[in-house]
Amino acid sequence: MAMEYSEKVMEHFAHPHNVGTLEDANGVGEVGNAKCGDIMRMYLKISDDEIIEDVKFQTFGCASAIATSSIATDMIKGKPLAEALTLTNKAVVEALDGLPAVKIHCSVLAEQAVKAAVADYYKRKGIPYEHPCDGCAQEGCCGHDHGHEEE
Amino acid sequence: MFVYADNAATTAMSKTAVDAMLPAMHELYGNPSSLHRKGRDANLALIRARETVAQCLNAEPREIYFTGCGTESDNWAITEAARLGAERGKRHIISDPIEHHAVLHTLKKLEKQGFQVTYLPVYEDGVVRLEDLEKALREDTCLVTIMFSNNEIGTVQPIREIGALCRERGILFHTDAVQAVGHIPVDVEADNIDMLSLSGHKFHAPKGVGALYCKKSIRLRNFIEGGAQERDKRGGTEAIPAILAMAAALEESCAHLEENRVKVCAMRDKLIAGLSRIPNSRCNGSPDHRAPGIVSFCFEGIEGESLLLRLDLAGICASSGSACTSGSLDPSHVLLALGMPHEIAHGSLRLSLCEYNTMAEVDYILEQVPQVVRELRQMSPVWSRMLETMPDPYR
Repeated sequence: MAMEYSEKVMEHFAHPHNVGTLEDANGVGEVGNAKCGDIMRMYLKISDDEIIEDVKFQTFGCASAIATSSIATDMIKGKPLAEALTLTNKAVVEALDGLPAVKIHCSVLAEQAVKAAVADYYKRKGIPYEHPCDGCAQEGCCGHDHGHEEE
Repeated sequence: MFVYADNAATTAMSKTAVDAMLPAMHELYGNPSSLHRKGRDANLALIRARETVAQCLNAEPREIYFTGCGTESDNWAITEAARLGAERGKRHIISDPIEHHAVLHTLKKLEKQGFQVTYLPVYEDGVVRLEDLEKALREDTCLVTIMFSNNEIGTVQPIREIGALCRERGILFHTDAVQAVGHIPVDVEADNIDMLSLSGHKFHAPKGVGALYCKKSIRLRNFIEGGAQERDKRGGTEAIPAILAMAAALEESCAHLEENRVKVCAMRDKLIAGLSRIPNSRCNGSPDHRAPGIVSFCFEGIEGESLLLRLDLAGICASSGSACTSGSLDPSHVLLALGMPHEIAHGSLRLSLCEYNTMAEVDYILEQVPQVVRELRQMSPVWSRMLETMPDPYR
C-alpha cells in the first residue's frame, strides 16, 4: 500500500522551512520518541512582549513529520504567544492540504512540540502554566490523539 | 538520472517475457480445457510452459502447479503440509521469524487451529543454524518451512543441509524461494526440497502469476475448489499469457544465471563498500551468505521513509524494507528479529539490483545516498543527541 502525500507535504518535506537550532532560544520542547519513529524538537525565541521572534525545529521522522514541523513553524513565526497556543493539529493538516490517515499523529506531534516549547518558556520564567496535554509528554509516544481532532 | 533499485519488490518485464505474452494474448485465447483447436493450442502451450518451469528447477512437469502469486503458493504448501501432518497426529512446525508475511500469517492461522510453531533464532546475520534446527525437531514435527533467500536483507539459508536433515527424519520441507528462483541456482532434487514457492514478477515475468513445486509423492489437495485445472488441484482457468511469459522469463534467467550473478554481485559489492563509508551505518544481513542483488543498510539518527522519499526526489527508487509492509508504521520485523533496536531499525534502506542496472547507476546511488543521509541527519534531534557523546564525523 503506497501512501499519497499532497504536493504541499512534498514541498515542505523537500525544502523544509526553519530547520536547525536556536542558540538563544528561551523555550525548547521535544515530543515523541525514536522507538515510535518520530521525534520533534522545537526551539522558540520569545520576546519580552511575548511575540515568537524566531523558531527552528529538528525532526527525526517520516516525510509528514518533517512537513508538519516545517509548516507549524511557519504558522507560529512572528505571532503572539497566545495565538501560537491556539494552533491545532487540524489547522496543520489543513495547511498541508491533508495527510494520510495513518500520518495524522504527525500533526498532533507538531502541535504538541509547539506547546511543549511554550511550556518550557513559562517554566524558565517561573510562570505557572498547565501543559495542555501532559499525556503526550509523559507517554512520549506518537499516535495518542488525546481528544485532538482527526480527519 | 533515474535508477530503479527496488527489484526485490518487483522487476521490469523482460522483452522475452513480453514477446511470449503478446502472441498468447492475440492468438492463444482459447481455454486450455476446450476440446477444439483453439483450446488444444492453448493447452499445448501450457504443457510446454510447465515443462520449461520444471526443467529450470530440475523437477518433473507434473510436480509444477501454476498459481496466482508466491503468496498463494506459500499458503497452499504450508496449509497442505500441516493438514497432512495432522492426519498422522503431527502438529508441530518449524520456521523462523524473518519469513515473508505470506508464511508468517499462515503459520499464525495454524497456531490458532492448534498447531505449535517453533521459530528458530536467526542471530545478527539472519542465518538459521543447523544445530538449532536439529534441537528443535520433534517426533511430531510435520513441516519445516525456511525461506531460500530473504527479501529484505538478502540472507541465503543453508537450504540443502536443512533439506537433508528433514529428509533423514521424513519431515516435509517447504521453502519460499520467491527471491531465489531466477537469481541463484535452485535444484529441488539436489537441494532436498519437497515444496517450493516462486513468483514470476521477481524475475521479469508479469505480476499475477507464480508456481508451487510439490514433490509427486505428496498427496496435495486443492486449495481452490472448482474445475479440473492444474490436474484437479487448482480450479480456475489458467492465465495462459502470464504463465507463458513466466516460463520464458525463467528460462532466460536460468540460462544467464551465472553471468547475471557475477554482474549483479559486482554492483552489489561496490554499493556495500561505498555505503559502508557513511559514518554510523551498518550493512544488514550476512556478508557471506547473501543473494546477488540485495543491499540492506541502517543509518543511525535518521528515519527510513524520509530517506526513501528524498531518494525518490533524486530519481532513485528504493525501499525502506519490504514493499508489502511499507504501509505499516512499525519497523521491519526482519530487522527486529536480528536484534536491532527499534530506533535503528527505523532508519533502514533496501536497494535491490538486477542485471538491468549499471555501474553508472551504482555510482549515482553512491553520490546521492551519503548526501541525503547527511542532510537528514542535520535536521535530526536524534543525531544531535548522538553528537553530544561522539565527535562529529562530518567535521
